[in-house]
Amino acid sequence: MIINGVTIDATFAEAFPMKATRAIITAQNEKWAMISAQAMTGFATSVIACGCEGAIERVMDPSETPDGRPGVAIMIFAMGGKGLAKQLETRAGQCVLTSPTSALFSGIDGGIRIPLGKNLRYFGDGFQVSKQISGKRYWRIPVMDGEFLTEATTGQVDAIGGGNFLVLAESQPQALAACEAAIDEMRKIPNVIMPFPGGVVRSGSKVGSKYKTLGASTNDAFCPTLKGMTKTDLSPEIESVMEIVIDGLTKEDIDKAMRVGIQAVCDLGANNGIKRISAGNYGGKLGPFHFHLQEIMA
Amino acid sequence: MSALTFTLKYKPAQRVDLSPLVCNQLAGLSLAEIGAILLQSGKLKLRVDELFTIEGSDTQDIVINNSTDNLDFIGKELDGGRISVNGDAGAYLAFGLKAGEIKVSGNVGLYAACEMKKGYLEVSGNAGDFLGAALPGNKMGMKGGTILIKGNVGERAGDHMRRGNILIEGNAGDYCGSRMTAGTIAVMGQTGRYLGYAMRRGTLLLWNQPNLSASFNDCGAHTLAFLPILFASFKSLNSRFADASIAFNRVQRYAGDMSEMGRGEVLVKL
Repeated sequence: MIINGVTIDATFAEAFPMKATRAIITAQNEKWAMISAQAMTGFATSVIACGCEGAIERVMDPSETPDGRPGVAIMIFAMGGKGLAKQLETRAGQCVLTSPTSALFSGIDGGIRIPLGKNLRYFGDGFQVSKQISGKRYWRIPVMDGEFLTEATTGQVDAIGGGNFLVLAESQPQALAACEAAIDEMRKIPNVIMPFPGGVVRSGSKVGSKYKTLGASTNDAFCPTLKGMTKTDLSPEIESVMEIVIDGLTKEDIDKAMRVGIQAVCDLGANNGIKRISAGNYGGKLGPFHFHLQEIMA
Repeated sequence: MSALTFTLKYKPAQRVDLSPLVCNQLAGLSLAEIGAILLQSGKLKLRVDELFTIEGSDTQDIVINNSTDNLDFIGKELDGGRISVNGDAGAYLAFGLKAGEIKVSGNVGLYAACEMKKGYLEVSGNAGDFLGAALPGNKMGMKGGTILIKGNVGERAGDHMRRGNILIEGNAGDYCGSRMTAGTIAVMGQTGRYLGYAMRRGTLLLWNQPNLSASFNDCGAHTLAFLPILFASFKSLNSRFADASIAFNRVQRYAGDMSEMGRGEVLVKL
């Protein structure tokens, strides 16, 4: 398959079941909601070492947020419910509770309820106030700038992590420009996040390493500087490869995000140095979810 | 199916206990069986069809017409369904209400929504003393749900209240929110003496400055983030509380009752 001169490989991205949650952070203005959201989703690029994957899903209009203030929706994904709950609580406590003017709300009504502010209330040292409004429990925790309002719980749902595609380009600036265009479009799709910095990862990994202590190491088949040294997957004109990793609530959400992302890359086309779109997988043996590139773009 | 309608034929000389006439107890009964139910009235037992004309068939939608202030225990422990009362209601209306909705077009007597657990009570007129309170000697009043009173309420509204909302469009009598454990009482009108007497926790939300006891301490003026959410939860009510223009989030906060636990609050609109 070739779209606008860009070859779409006959391969697939392999993804895994994860647990996910969403939280809504509001603040006096969008600037401070964003600061808080960025702090909460910092150091959350990969479950390999961060304990979770998290990112900002979207900015919310005041009319959409529970307290009518500007807000930001964030999503966090982890391999299991226990790990997710721990990451959520730690991050909420250190990044949102501490952030000026912030408030924190559940972003998923259904699912298994996991603590959001339920245990942060103890920071109130007995001065915290509980309010049950429309069936939801909120905690008002006195803090130095006034009150930190948080919903007690949020929903944990089954999700999918590890959807991906690779952008193969003739130069590094062209690869990055294509990925930026893809991310701009993919961020418009609900229920997905791209957890790596700016949504883009340049250090795609393979399973295993020559070093026993490492479970993952550089994906040498896609490293352009190793074209003459390893069993490469790159043709001579490819000078740079970047990857976009997608976590989403459902397969359909990831399908949609991959489609608009790949389309945005293909719109730049071969004239802008984009040569191929590929994807990372483990031969289909590890992850139950397969995203076939050509099917998605058909 | 039309609503099961009880139209009072005459005002009984004695008070009548109407507790058997709730949706959950009438489900599956024929009109004849319903008519044969005995109601306690003083030392007498009156048949339902002796007191009421009965029409309709939907036991989950009950209407009581020509209701008077000596019909007690209307909607006692109602567990789903709807009761509409046209006229006044006596004491213990919605006693221990578990679920469902009760609406009264007139005034209601003592202990309305006493020990209510969940559900919704709406009174277009006034309510007597001990609205949403605990029975004498009991320590736990209203535990959940919402009460809307469009008129005024008597003394001791929310006595020993533990959870839920009491919304009063008019005035509240003395000792409003006394011995509250938690929950919210909102009063648009004036409040009487000894507001929040011995309250432990909970919120009294007021539109007018009260005459507070010395055991309430001023915590200053604040903008509270939970208030817009609270007001938003009233949007669906048939009430002035649903009007977005009456909502506020800027309040003077008083903490008390310091002679008790002191974790309660009186929030007065600024």
